[in-house]
Amino acid sequence: MNSDKLIYLDNNATTPTDPRVVEAMLPYFTQHFGNAASRNHPFGWQAEKGVDTARQHIADLIQVDSREVIFTSGATEADNLAIKGVFEMYAQKGNHIITLKTEHKAVLDACKKVEKLGGEVTYLDVDREGMVDLKALEAAITDKTILVSIMFANNETGLIQPMKEIGEICARKGVLFMSDATQAVGKIPVNPKELGIHLMAFTGHKMYGHKGVGCLYVSRKNPRVKVTAQMDGGGHERGMRSGTLNVPGIVGFGEAARLAKLEMAEEAARLSKMRDRLESELMKIEEVYLNGSQAHRMPHVTNLSFKHVEGEGLMMTFNQNIGVSSGSACTSASLEPSYVLIALGLGDDLAHSSLRLSLGRFNTEEDIDAAIQQIGQGVQHMRDLSPIWEMYKEGVDLDAVEWSEH
Amino acid sequence: MAYSEKLLDHFKKPKNVGTLDKDSKAVGTGLVGAPECGDVMRLQIEVDEESNVIKDAKFKTFGCGSAIASSSLATEWLKGKTVDEALAIDNMAIVEELALPPVKIHCSVLAEDAIKSAIADYRKKNGIAEEA
Repeated sequence: MNSDKLIYLDNNATTPTDPRVVEAMLPYFTQHFGNAASRNHPFGWQAEKGVDTARQHIADLIQVDSREVIFTSGATEADNLAIKGVFEMYAQKGNHIITLKTEHKAVLDACKKVEKLGGEVTYLDVDREGMVDLKALEAAITDKTILVSIMFANNETGLIQPMKEIGEICARKGVLFMSDATQAVGKIPVNPKELGIHLMAFTGHKMYGHKGVGCLYVSRKNPRVKVTAQMDGGGHERGMRSGTLNVPGIVGFGEAARLAKLEMAEEAARLSKMRDRLESELMKIEEVYLNGSQAHRMPHVTNLSFKHVEGEGLMMTFNQNIGVSSGSACTSASLEPSYVLIALGLGDDLAHSSLRLSLGRFNTEEDIDAAIQQIGQGVQHMRDLSPIWEMYKEGVDLDAVEWSEH
Repeated sequence: MAYSEKLLDHFKKPKNVGTLDKDSKAVGTGLVGAPECGDVMRLQIEVDEESNVIKDAKFKTFGCGSAIASSSLATEWLKGKTVDEALAIDNMAIVEELALPPVKIHCSVLAEDAIKSAIADYRKKNGIAEEA
């Protein structure tokens, strides 16, 4: 079962930093170490130039004006800045925010905070695939609504929301549209202006940059959007995010964006082919279910439930060699199964049985071969051990069993 | 989270996996946990009527690595013990033996419950009153 090579299929958690990105960053640690806000000497000018170039690459990737890119420490901070910043800035207009139950915790917890501050938040249900109900969204918008926050692509299932339709509704109703696009930017074409997105959060480390730098796109024109800073200080980033710029990090993020734009189309095609093979081979195993949408999703992700097998246990059969994620409770700090999968209507048992496999730039066909083989063996091992698999095979109606909850 | 060697060994090469005849009078079956909770243990003992000694023990577990290892270890410990000795097995002994991390202590509790439940089933079948 053991081979020496470690295989990484958890690229939705973080991606490895591309060596070309590291290369681009290195001079900014020792040579061009200046503070980008030092306007009066060459050290500052060099740093500022590095930041400007990076900002332009990021703006090019999403086809916006570079002045609309506000650097942050990551997508979590960008989500917080957008939600809390809009709530504060537009308090005169209203106090209602609409989001989805399947959003990332960075959005959900920022919304919870807004509720504590006197705001009102509607958490919309999703359908079986995880898709927003556009009619329910439109109906939820009131004259107090200031913001709709809906993620571009889901981190667990890869499902892509109908962004253009949501953008149209928001434009028609005159509310701001914010999107956490962390899982989409750099992997598929994302154009907030075309889609009617006014604020958009994403981060470098999900697109082969490194951890600790992200950004918030904030529309400057039609409409001109402003957010109240959540970090006070020197007034950097057009006053929306104070703090000395992380110059090497930003340079790396910029290079990652430049590479993503260049290689996106080819890479998405390569990954989706590998993902499809991985998925179809694993789905040949008995009682394996796909979570999310096959038609509307990211090219590199699949989320599968292996019935009557517990996800963390399954991962332990191969996690010496292969890194993946599970929606099982045992893998979460809260000991609750994935709230995203629960929101899709999965029973707790299927949520406990899920694996998320997310491919990336450095995966090869050999990785996929090994994953198919080792996950298949793992499922077999776990089912040989599983009393409920045995009962299922004997035709016992598991729903009729009186379980002793604990 | 890194697990102990003992735990990994019980997980990868579990002892006493299988099924005993649940209809036999000598066999007690405990089924504890629930699929929605992410773990179900079925633990069975076969008791020698004369000596009251557990001759055989088998398990099957749906759950995480710690749950599987806890039940595998429990079956090892049960074999050769009298029913009364088996009742004295404490979940904290399992925690210590496998070096379970705090978030996994419930797995050992479940194993203790499974032992008690199997013994109760055996006693019920054989008309033996539960000890006070």
